[in-house]
Amino acid sequence: MTAEASRGAEAPPELVQLLTPEGERVEHPDYDIDLTPEEVRSLYRDLVLVRSIDLEAVALQRQGELGIWASLLGQEAAQIGSGRALTDADMAFPTYREHGVAWCRDVDPVKLLGLFRGVNHGGWDPKEHNFHLYTIVIGSQTLHAVGYAMGIQRDDAAAATLVYFGDGATSQGDVNESFIWASVFNAPIVFFCQNNQWAISEPLEKQTRIPLYRRASGFGFPGVRVDGNDVFACLAVTRKALEAARTGQGPTLIEAFTYRMGAHTTTDDPTRYRVASELEAWKLKDPIERVKAYLFKNELADQAFFDALDAEADQLGADLRRRCLAMPDPQPLDIFDHVYREPHSLIDEERAQFAAYLEGFEK
Amino acid sequence: MTVLSLSKALNEGMRKAMEDDPKVLVMGEDVGKLGGVFRVTDGLQKDFGEDRVIDTPLAESGIIGTAIGLALRGYRPVCEIQFDGFVFPAADQIITQLAKMPMRSLGAIKLPVVVRIPCGGGIGAVEHHSESPEAYFTHTAGLRVVACSNPADAYSMIQQAIRCDDPVVFFEPKRRYWEKADVDTSSTDWWTPFDRARVVRPGADATLLAYGPMVKTCLQAAAAAEEDGRDLEVVDLRSLNPLDQPLVMESVRRTGRVVVVHEAPVNSGFGAELAARITEQCFYHLEAPVLRVGGFSTPYPPSKLEEHYLPDLDRVLDAVDRAFGY
Repeated sequence: MTAEASRGAEAPPELVQLLTPEGERVEHPDYDIDLTPEEVRSLYRDLVLVRSIDLEAVALQRQGELGIWASLLGQEAAQIGSGRALTDADMAFPTYREHGVAWCRDVDPVKLLGLFRGVNHGGWDPKEHNFHLYTIVIGSQTLHAVGYAMGIQRDDAAAATLVYFGDGATSQGDVNESFIWASVFNAPIVFFCQNNQWAISEPLEKQTRIPLYRRASGFGFPGVRVDGNDVFACLAVTRKALEAARTGQGPTLIEAFTYRMGAHTTTDDPTRYRVASELEAWKLKDPIERVKAYLFKNELADQAFFDALDAEADQLGADLRRRCLAMPDPQPLDIFDHVYREPHSLIDEERAQFAAYLEGFEK
Repeated sequence: MTVLSLSKALNEGMRKAMEDDPKVLVMGEDVGKLGGVFRVTDGLQKDFGEDRVIDTPLAESGIIGTAIGLALRGYRPVCEIQFDGFVFPAADQIITQLAKMPMRSLGAIKLPVVVRIPCGGGIGAVEHHSESPEAYFTHTAGLRVVACSNPADAYSMIQQAIRCDDPVVFFEPKRRYWEKADVDTSSTDWWTPFDRARVVRPGADATLLAYGPMVKTCLQAAAAAEEDGRDLEVVDLRSLNPLDQPLVMESVRRTGRVVVVHEAPVNSGFGAELAARITEQCFYHLEAPVLRVGGFSTPYPPSKLEEHYLPDLDRVLDAVDRAFGY
């Protein structure tokens, strides 16, 4: 059987959508959401502000102030929708692109920049925000998230874990192991896969022959594909999955079908591997524009709201730039800090030797 | 005093740690009802339940990865890797996550995870069941790497490893699991800190440096050398990272001759680190180059050849002879 023939035998993937790209509210039999105008405006504000943070970070990288940046452009709805579904007691495990989720977890955006500026490897306390550090090796965090969820189980706590990864990560052994562990231990976890269609230069076809959400059934738990550019649907689907996890119903795989509108990172050049028309087609499904259209059509916000938000976004970007440049550089002896928590003779010896060596230059 | 085998001493040590701290968990393949393939966790699941003694899916990366997550939630997992040669699927989680996450967090995160690895050869096993992978882990900053050689140390060191807030890779000499000795389980006064070495046989003429299964071999070699009129000191390193340099260097400066013995291949083995540090710190005290006895630069051979591969009393004494030839 050819790949085409086997694919043709499958039912077409179903996409949970509650807000069309044109800003029309649509119903779904399994998922609904009842948002006040204030809540819709708040989600819109989140989307706009995280895009502003992202654009500022790209600019900082272009000007040499960051070594690299992984842009979330196009994935704002997937991140804000899922991130706003979390309760304070829930725990989230990000990749290195979840700037929008970090925003939802009240991580100061400037703390995201430390890693990319090279002043540290991770600048916030995960326990303070219930938001783990960025994990760079693809998929490793899925196992940490399942282990954490097993801890929640043992604590008998009313909480769940939400773990992020991409389409490329679904090929990793760790991600598949995490599915198995979550399933056999019925762990309170939601797997949130942002399928942005590209793993650097490799298209989805290099990772899978079936829609990713269908993988879940083989592991023994439900999978659902949601319009990843629809913040309402991402919120509704994640909320339901997290509640199922908290109430002992086990894991869910959510595939947020979205698009990486920018480069993989600022070192990448997408023009080498994808056509411009693809991006143009996805721009019509922009996650922010559809909420704006919805607000306008339903007269939930006036021009003054949009103007004020634009000003807030500009201010946030400017403030981020100022605080990025003011971030202190680490000191040479900081290299030896936090490698171990308990005294370690080799680290102590090397620190002392290096300190003496540095002092030699000062004399 | 209680007479315990090395495996039972580990079992009793873990039992004590689990009694003392409800956050201590044991996890691994077959550690529950079976009690582990070497029975090191025998009876623990019966007494502490399936939530604290967890039979895991057969996925070593999963064992370490989920242990990290449990530690993030405040637990102290003790992971069993069934055999030395099975640790490599978990190498990524150990090296890129377990070792590095605390520093990544600027100290906000502690990962008190113990990775127990039965190691070494001499039991007539098939491929991948007789390896000595310690150097892969001593090369990784962020890990502590220790090896026990006898029942008393097994009992105290496993408890110290579990109490430690840093990740610990804990090597157990599988062919010594059944060796018995007196262990005082009523007091901790006699415990040697688990990052310190110990002189297990004082001597004046040469120092044998060993750890894990080779400590006994070196003691046997020292006894045999005595008949030839040579007084060999045997040092059990116990901790490879950090290395107890003061004790090692003091011994070397006294004797002036050193033979390092381990089962792992000599090439790029831990003995190379010892030889380099001894040369740096004891150059003028040395009567001979630091010599190394260990496995060959080959994969571990089929079991009918392992007696030729593994350092034994004669190969240690041959090296001692060479050390006295300078």
